[in-house]
Amino acid sequence: MEAYFDNSATTRVLDSVKDIVVRTMTEDYGNPAAKHRRGMEAEQYIRAARSEIAKTLKVLDKEILFTSGGSESNNLALIGGALANRRLGKHIISTGIEHPSVYRPLEYLAELGYEVTFLPVDGDGHISLAQLRDTVREDTVLVSVMYVNNEVGAVEPIEEISRVVREKNPRTIFHVDAIQAYGKFVIRPKKQGIDLLSVSGHKIHGPKGVGFLYIRDGVKIKPMIYGGGQQGDMRSGTENVPGVAGLGVAAKEMYTGHEEKVAFLTGLKDYMTDRLSELEGVVINSKKGSQSAPQIVSASFEGVRSEVLLHALEEKGIYVSSGSACSAHHPGISGTLKGIGLPPRLLDATVRFSFGMFNTREEIDYCIGTLKELLPVLRRYRRG
Amino acid sequence: MVYQSFLIKYAEIGTKGKNRYLFEDALIHQIRNALKKVEGKFLASKESGRIYVQAQSSYDYDDVMEALRRVFGIAWICPVLQREDKDYESIKKTVLEYMDEVYPDKDYTFKVESRRADKEYPIHSEQINRDLGEAILQRFPQARVDVHRPDVLLRVEIRKVVNIYSQMIPGPGGMPVGTNGKAMLLLSGGIDSPVAGYMIAKRGVKIDAVYFHAPPYTSERAKQKVVDLAKLVAKYSGPIPLHIVNFTDIQLYLYEKCPHEELTILMRRYMMRIAERLARDTGGLALITGESIGQVASQTVQSLASTNEVCSMPVFRPLIGFDKQEIVDISQKIGTFETSIQPYEDCCTIFVAKHPVIKPNLERIRKSEESVREKLEEMAETAVQSAEMVWCD
Repeated sequence: MEAYFDNSATTRVLDSVKDIVVRTMTEDYGNPAAKHRRGMEAEQYIRAARSEIAKTLKVLDKEILFTSGGSESNNLALIGGALANRRLGKHIISTGIEHPSVYRPLEYLAELGYEVTFLPVDGDGHISLAQLRDTVREDTVLVSVMYVNNEVGAVEPIEEISRVVREKNPRTIFHVDAIQAYGKFVIRPKKQGIDLLSVSGHKIHGPKGVGFLYIRDGVKIKPMIYGGGQQGDMRSGTENVPGVAGLGVAAKEMYTGHEEKVAFLTGLKDYMTDRLSELEGVVINSKKGSQSAPQIVSASFEGVRSEVLLHALEEKGIYVSSGSACSAHHPGISGTLKGIGLPPRLLDATVRFSFGMFNTREEIDYCIGTLKELLPVLRRYRRG
Repeated sequence: MVYQSFLIKYAEIGTKGKNRYLFEDALIHQIRNALKKVEGKFLASKESGRIYVQAQSSYDYDDVMEALRRVFGIAWICPVLQREDKDYESIKKTVLEYMDEVYPDKDYTFKVESRRADKEYPIHSEQINRDLGEAILQRFPQARVDVHRPDVLLRVEIRKVVNIYSQMIPGPGGMPVGTNGKAMLLLSGGIDSPVAGYMIAKRGVKIDAVYFHAPPYTSERAKQKVVDLAKLVAKYSGPIPLHIVNFTDIQLYLYEKCPHEELTILMRRYMMRIAERLARDTGGLALITGESIGQVASQTVQSLASTNEVCSMPVFRPLIGFDKQEIVDISQKIGTFETSIQPYEDCCTIFVAKHPVIKPNLERIRKSEESVREKLEEMAETAVQSAEMVWCD
């Protein structure tokens, strides 16, 4: 049996996504900027995708800017947002549990002379609204908060955060990294007061190498890629038609029968959480039900190194991640796990199980059975 | 300038007396191997006591040079301009073109050294030297003749064709692989062992390698890294059969049964035993390790003595007296450094004790081993039998 439980790293694409990707690569392969019929055909795919995505957020078509994925969306939002609004000030607020694609651009902005404040989180992974209120200043140009934390699935109170920020400084731009949230939550940027929202395609059964940034009409962003003037001169370069078309299909699919889909994922998460509780020496860092993201279970295994457990599971065809796949490239221990106050002995013992639409309960049973076999063996042999 | 041929000069193998042809044949074989991976058709052959690589199609100069500069046994590579021998005047013309293009800075001293393979050729070498020298002086007034220590030694050989060359590009030296038997390299994924393999291959030794894999404690990526390293060394040594031994069971058994501070030494002893057995099975005559005195706990003189005693084959440790930085320098030069420093755990570190013994007592180690010896013999045999082989080329 095989069980792919690493859907927060990436997902398998839906068949409908694959079909449109193949079609736009082999049949309707024109350049959307071309003046002939082939070009127009290709442009239709972009338009259709843009419009499908806009519908899922209840925003305007023109507020969707396609990018190469979540990292580019975050980079563009932060660097482009900060540079285009310099007159608003040079202070930025974010949190201590962000993804490197937020953290690193902020480091870069700090090099350019911006002042960045990182808010700590409590044991549930939430920032304090009171502390946020105290931190927003006259010269705060940006606030960037992730919707769903990629490691433990904590959900930030986006609407409240936005309200607090607006009260203190109505001009501050509010960016939300929704890469683990889009497709799993009903997101309404207008209602929730979000100015910029980053999304990635491959976390929602869409293709890799594509994503988008929602830019509220009227918010200024300085482009980072210059050239032929595509997408209203905001991001030059021939559009990734297959990627964009695939993303459009995936987005539409995830938001069709959305409640059932979320219920399906939450069901898997809760089942996994319950079954893990049967095991000894396991600490669950995520929450059941709607208190955390429907697709993420984070668990720490006393006395087992997460990387060893990962490879032992891998031998049995079960794929999980230790920390987030992106930060796994950086040796060093997860900021999120430290941030939520996990005891040091568990930092290196934490594994993430993340679910997608292709997973089943049988796979969870198989995984639990495998863990029951593996854990006693792994605990017998420790370093030192 | 497009060169039609490369003259290969070798140093050490020229001194092998009656066996010289063996060395030359091995060198030609290695040159052919290296050029197989370069686009184009080449003919490597021996011709009146010299080795030539003749280009028989168009080719990329840098690719050829890169390939040849990795062939052990080559001391110098001379790119040769070849022209049909039409008449004396056209030789002069070609030489002037050659000098003009190869030496854009005309301020040099030179000497012409010509040879006639065909002694019937109407003009004597001495005369050719004088004529060509004069032509060069006339055309490039800044150039001067220096017959003792010229900057440019221009050689012109008149055979069936005219060969013109003056540049000498250094090769790696050493001896052609295949002239000195075969040895088994213990490849760990670190910085040292690929360098050790390179150094022994440079002495003409064919390399087999062994890697100890310990899933789930070491990852598939760690294994891939070792395959990548073997492929990088193979660019010099020729194809390396890499034997991947699953070492997990042995390690866990040692962990259960033996004092933890002796674990590393005991583990190393079993690695040596297994490597020696694999070497025997594959026709190897020695083992190679990247050990250097005092680098880590298992490389103190006491530790080396204790891991050395378990095998009867000679163990080559070419880095034994090198400092870390010296090893790093070579690994950078040969191009293995970047791969070596990828951060994957290898099986030597996973169960390492906080305070491993650094001066193991041989008697005590032997005693620790005694009780587990029988079972481990069996496990080592299984490990050897079930080793997976990856061809690294």
